[in-house]
Order: sequence, then structure tokens, then C-alpha cells
Amino acid sequence: MKKPAEFYQRDREWHPPALDRNYKTSVARSPQYPLISLENTASEITGPVFGHNDFAPTDNDLLTNYAQPGQAPVGERIIVHGRVLDENARPVPNTLVEIWQANASGKYRHKKDAYLGSMDPNFGGCGRTMTDSDGYYYFRTVKPGAYPWRNWVNNWRPAHIHISVFGTGFAQRLITQLYFEGDPLIDQCPIVKTIPDPDAVQQLIAALDMNASIPLDTLAYKFDIVLRGRRSTLFENRLEGN
Amino acid sequence: MKQKLNYLKETPSQTAGPFVHIGLAPGAAGFDIYNQELGTDISGPNASGERIRVEGLVIDGIGSPVKDVMLEAWQANAAGSYAHPEHPGDVEDGFRGWGRVITNFETGEWGFDTIKPGPVMGRNGQMMAPHINLWIVARGINVGLNTRLYFSDEEEANSADPVINLIEWERRRKTLIAQRVERDGATVYRFDICLQGDNETVFFDI
Ligand SMILES: [Fe+2]
Repeated sequence: MKKPAEFYQRDREWHPPALDRNYKTSVARSPQYPLISLENTASEITGPVFGHNDFAPTDNDLLTNYAQPGQAPVGERIIVHGRVLDENARPVPNTLVEIWQANASGKYRHKKDAYLGSMDPNFGGCGRTMTDSDGYYYFRTVKPGAYPWRNWVNNWRPAHIHISVFGTGFAQRLITQLYFEGDPLIDQCPIVKTIPDPDAVQQLIAALDMNASIPLDTLAYKFDIVLRGRRSTLFENRLEGN
Repeated sequence: MKQKLNYLKETPSQTAGPFVHIGLAPGAAGFDIYNQELGTDISGPNASGERIRVEGLVIDGIGSPVKDVMLEAWQANAAGSYAHPEHPGDVEDGFRGWGRVITNFETGEWGFDTIKPGPVMGRNGQMMAPHINLWIVARGINVGLNTRLYFSDEEEANSADPVINLIEWERRRKTLIAQRVERDGATVYRFDICLQGDNETVFFDI
């Protein structure tokens, strides 16, 4: 058995604060008391393990996973690819990555989405995959459309893909959003702006990756995801037993 | 100039938004796409231990139930082992110890069936009382919230639990205790999570 080690503490100044008045929904949903800092125990260092039996190999292809046979969703065909790494720049292999997004007209396949954008009968809007032994993952999808949301009277979300990642420990659990290079709505979005550090925002902007695109077929965007790193056990720690 | 450390920065969190179900529980969003959704069975059929149900609401600062929450549970089996290669002990075939649950869109009620976990060895040889780790995301929650659910019928173990005892404000400790009730012969634990207010649940920075 490997010697378990704690994760580096989360940099709470890099993440958005719980409360940001310009993102109105956060006002009544943000804890007011400080979080209680907890040194990692087995409960935080361990986390669920997934395998290839948990999903179908085609679950990462949003161009086909909901389309009628012989049909395809409307929109700009893209590949989203990258690696899941930890803060030590080591790949995180065999970890589950799940995504969900609006279709090309900014409409979600969700019974609570009332936006007037059109539904695409060939697009479900979700996918999942596992990173390979190098931490690499990819999806094929269409570029989502921008959509309006109720916050200020005229707020629009930049095109984005929601991403959920696990890592190896429950303390690494993360949900974030991917934005696209060059989108002028990024700088105006109150949800993006919950992140105080402009460098941190840059980390959420996928880069157009012509080298990974397929000529005459599909554009590509590269998006690496970084999860918390683990302390190495240079010196005996006192996590297990004594 | 000093040398560079070259650590990467963690990808910053963003809210899961109101449509988290599309990705993580598409059936609830109103469509059928995957062969199987993940996290619907926490303990599997073979797990030993007491079969329990856990139920609750997530309540916002106004006092209203939050109806678009997703919670994830992570727990040990009845022997106190996590289904993870780095944790000692084996778990029963089919026991994953992880589950995902969403709230009812009309009422905000959520609930899941599992087995009651056993105590787990904590740091420095101190035993932790039985608990389920919870992670809560929703629209308006910018970084997922971590808390722990402990059990009201484990008074002795709870009073010795090193994590509960870390909470300086003693009157806040009770926010982590799920209340046991018997209902139609089944064991149900009630666990309401308050995001704000006098009874704000203790959330952890793990
Ligand atoms: Fe969205």
C-alpha cells in the first residue's frame, strides 16, 4: 500500500468567493461563516474509482450520442481535448470527466430551460469519458451558443461547456466551465467575474488548436484541467496511525 | 532572481449552474441518453451493515428549499473501509461508497438509500465516528461545499470525533448530526443543510 499524503491546501483566493453580489443567486446561497479548515483524513484522500464498465466508449462523442442515425447536430463541429494534471504537473490517469452544454443556439435539453433558442433533435448535450494513462481526454461536440440569463436585465453567458472532474480523492472534486478563446462575452459575464484573479480566468479559456483540428471536418480547442496536487512524503507524516 | 517552483495552479471552480442534471443526471433533465447513470446505487446489493435512508432539504438564506442542488455522497462501508486502493481493508463486491442525488424540482427534497458506514481511522490514530462526506453544488454556489453527516444514535463516538471537536463553536456541531427516525419499519436519517442563518451548517475547507 502506498503511503497516503495530503493534498495541497486549496488556494481560496484563486477560486471565486462564495459571495459575489453581482452574481445575485450567490447572495442567499453563500455560507456566511468561515469554512472550518480540515487537515486531510482518509475521508478526503480517497474518492470513487470508475472503470470502463461505467460508460460506453461512444459517450464522449456528442456529435453522435443523441443524433438520429445518419443525422448530425447543427453547429460548428469541434474537438475539445487536453490533459488532466495535478499541481505537480503530473498526469491524472483513469479519472472520470463529464461535460454538459447548450446546443449551437444556446438552448439546453432540460425541462427547466425556457430560452426561446431552438431545440436540436440531434443533440443531447452531455458526454463523459475517462482520461487515459497519460491523463489525456477528448470529446467531439458542437460549439455551444451564448444564451441570456436572469441576473441583470441583459446578461449573456459566453459560450461555455460545464466540466466535472474527480481525480483520485474526494478533496479534488471539481466542477468548472470552459470558455472559448476570443469570445467578447467572457469579460462581461458576472459568473466569470466571480473569479477575482484575471490570470485564473485565463486558465478557463480554451485555446484554438489548429494542429489538433481535422482539415475539412472539425476544429479543435485545447483545455488542460489542473486538480490539486499531493504532498510527497519526504518526511514521515502522521496521517495514518502514529 | 530566485528559482521558479513551477507548480501549476488548480483550475478555478465555477458554479454548476441550474442545468447540472443534463450532464450528471440526464434522466432528471428529461431525457434518456446513457446506458446507465452513475451514482444511483451507493452500497450495492452485497454490502453488510444496517440499511438506511438519508433525506433532507438544502435551505437558502431566505429559508426556502433550494430546488436545483446536486449532492454527492462518499462513505466507507460498515467495516470502515473506503472502496479505494489506498485505504486498508476490502469492500463488498458492488460497494462503491459513492452516490449522486438531486433534489425534487417541486419540493427540494432529496434522499438516498445506503448502508450505515462504520467508524474510520483518522489522523494520529484517532478514530472518527461513522460519517458520510457530502459535496453540494448548485446554481449560486461558486465552489462546491463540503460537509459531513454524522448519526444521532452515535453519541459516544460523535463526542470523541476529532473533526467534530475541531469546531470551536459547540452549538454549531449539531448541524452535522442527522436525526434518526423509524418510518414503516425503515431507518431514516433526516439531514437538512442550511446554507445561511442561525443554523448554518458547518462546511469544511478540506
Ligand atoms: Fe451553462
